[in-house]
Amino acid sequence: MGFFTDTSVCIGCKACEVACKEWNGVPSDGLDFLGSSYDNTGALGASTWRHVAFVEQQVDTGVRWLMSSDVCKHCTHAACLDVCPTGALFRTEFETVVVQSDVCNGCGYCVPACPFGVIDRREDDGRVWKCTLCYDRLKSDLTPACAKACPTESIQFGPVDELGERAARRLGTLASAGVPGARLYGADEGDGVGGTGAFFLLLDQPEVYGLPPDPVVTTRDLPAMWRTAAAAAVTLAGVVVAAVFGGRRR
Amino acid sequence: MTDSYYGRPVLKAPVWEWYIPAYFFCGGTAGASATLALAARRAGNRPLARSATLAAAAGVTASFPLLVADLGRPGRFLNMLRVFKPTSPMSVGTWLLAEFGPAAGIAAASEVTGLLPRLGRWSGTAAGLLGPAVSTYTAVLVADTAVPAWHDARHHLPFVFAGSSAAAGGGLALAATPAAHAGPARRLAVAGAALELAATAAMEHGLGDETGAPYRTGRAAGLARAARAATVAGAALALAGRRRRAPAVAAGALLAAGSLLTRFAVAAAGHQSALDPAATVGPQRARLPST
Repeated sequence: MGFFTDTSVCIGCKACEVACKEWNGVPSDGLDFLGSSYDNTGALGASTWRHVAFVEQQVDTGVRWLMSSDVCKHCTHAACLDVCPTGALFRTEFETVVVQSDVCNGCGYCVPACPFGVIDRREDDGRVWKCTLCYDRLKSDLTPACAKACPTESIQFGPVDELGERAARRLGTLASAGVPGARLYGADEGDGVGGTGAFFLLLDQPEVYGLPPDPVVTTRDLPAMWRTAAAAAVTLAGVVVAAVFGGRRR
Repeated sequence: MTDSYYGRPVLKAPVWEWYIPAYFFCGGTAGASATLALAARRAGNRPLARSATLAAAAGVTASFPLLVADLGRPGRFLNMLRVFKPTSPMSVGTWLLAEFGPAAGIAAASEVTGLLPRLGRWSGTAAGLLGPAVSTYTAVLVADTAVPAWHDARHHLPFVFAGSSAAAGGGLALAATPAAHAGPARRLAVAGAALELAATAAMEHGLGDETGAPYRTGRAAGLARAARAATVAGAALALAGRRRRAPAVAAGALLAAGSLLTRFAVAAAGHQSALDPAATVGPQRARLPST
C-alpha cells in the first residue's frame, strides 16, 4: 500500500500535518516563524512526518504557488532498512518501511543513509522516528490519518499499482489541459530506489520542492565497496608483512 | 546555481558526534597493531610484538565506550547483536569487533601476565588476521550513506583508512619499542603515512570540484591540512631519528595525531556535504537527461 500525493490540487491547509501529529502522538517540533512563505514547519524530521512545502515563484502573470505535502517515500529499495544494524527498521506486510521503537538503539546510521533526508533522531528520546504509513491504522483496515484528513484528495491512499494508474491518468488530464511542468516523481520502478511506495505528481523540478532529482539507494554500491575494502585490507596486511620481513638484513 | 527549497539541505546531517571519528582512529590503530604484533611474533621480534599487542588491546578497549556513548539509547547497545546483516556495515563491524576485541584483549593479558601462553598466542593470531578488516570496514561504513562527500569517495576511503591505520599503528609501536627492535615499526609507519597521504590526495582529486568542496572549505579543510602537516612531519621525523628514543616518540605522536585528524576531517567533510543542497542536487541533476 502507498500514497499518491497529487500536488496540483494541494491547497496548503496542513490538515495532513495536524492529523498525523494527532493520530501518531508526535511531539511538538517547535513553534517557529521561518520566514519561508507559509511554511513554518521547514522539513521532514523525527517529529515531522508530513511536511507541506510552499514555493513562491515569479512568473509572467504574477506569483505562482506550489504546495506539496512531503512524506517518507517508503522506498522499494530502502537504504535506512538496509543499513539498520539492529533490525529495528523492517518491511511490513503492507510493503511499507517502519521503525520498531522498542528495538531502535539510536545508532543513527539510517539518518545519513536516507537519500531523501526523511528519518532523523529525536534528541531527547535518542531513537529515530519517521512516518509509519499509519501501520496501526492499516492493520485495522483504516486509511492513514493524513490521507483521511486531506480535504482535496491531494493525498490518495491505496495499492501502489492502482495509484500508479490513477497518477498516469491525472498526468494525461493535466497535459491535455496545458498545465506546464507536470511530472510524476517516484513512480518509476527503474529509478535508483526501485520506485517509491509514496510518490508524487509535481509541477516543477523535484529540487524546487527540496527533493533529490535522482535518488539512489546507497547499498546498490555496497558489493563494490566491500571489494574495495578487501583490497585495502590486503594492502594493509601486505604493508605490515613487507615492513616486518622485507627489511631484515642478514 | 542549482535550485533548492529555501537553501535547505536535501539530506539529514549525520548525528554522529566526535566519538565516531575517534573510534575510527582507535579501532583502525588497534587493527593495524594486532597485525603488526602477529607478524613481529612470527619474525621473532619479541619486544615489537609485545608493544604492538598492548597497543591493539588499548585501542580496542578505548573503542567500546566510544561506540556505546554515541548511541541514542546506550542501554540498548546489545541490540546490535540481535541480527547479522551483511547489508549493514555497522552490523558487520559489530560482529568483527565482537571477535577482535576479546582476541586482542586475551593476547595482551597473556603477554602481560605470562599466563596461558598458548591461548594468548592463538588469540593474537586471530586478532592479527582480523586486524586489516577492523581497520578498513569503517571506510565502508561512512561510504555506505547518501552523503556525497562520503559515498562518492568509496573507491578511495578504504585505502585512506588503511594507510591512516598503518601510520598510527606503526607510529605507536615505533614510540613504544626500543630502537634496536623498532625497524619494522618505522618502515610500517612511513609506508602507512605515504599511503594515507597518497590515497587522501587521490580521493580529493577524484571527488571533483562540487563534491570535493568540503575538503577545501570550512572546518574539514582545516582538519585535513592539519592532518597532512602532522603526518608529513611524523614520517620525516621517523626517518630522521633512527637511533634515539626521543625523536621516535615524537614521530609516533605526530603520526597518531595525523591519523586522528584524518578521521575527523572525513567526518567533518561528510557533515558539510550533507548540509549543502547543491552538493546533493548538482551531481544528480548533471547525470539526468535535461528536461
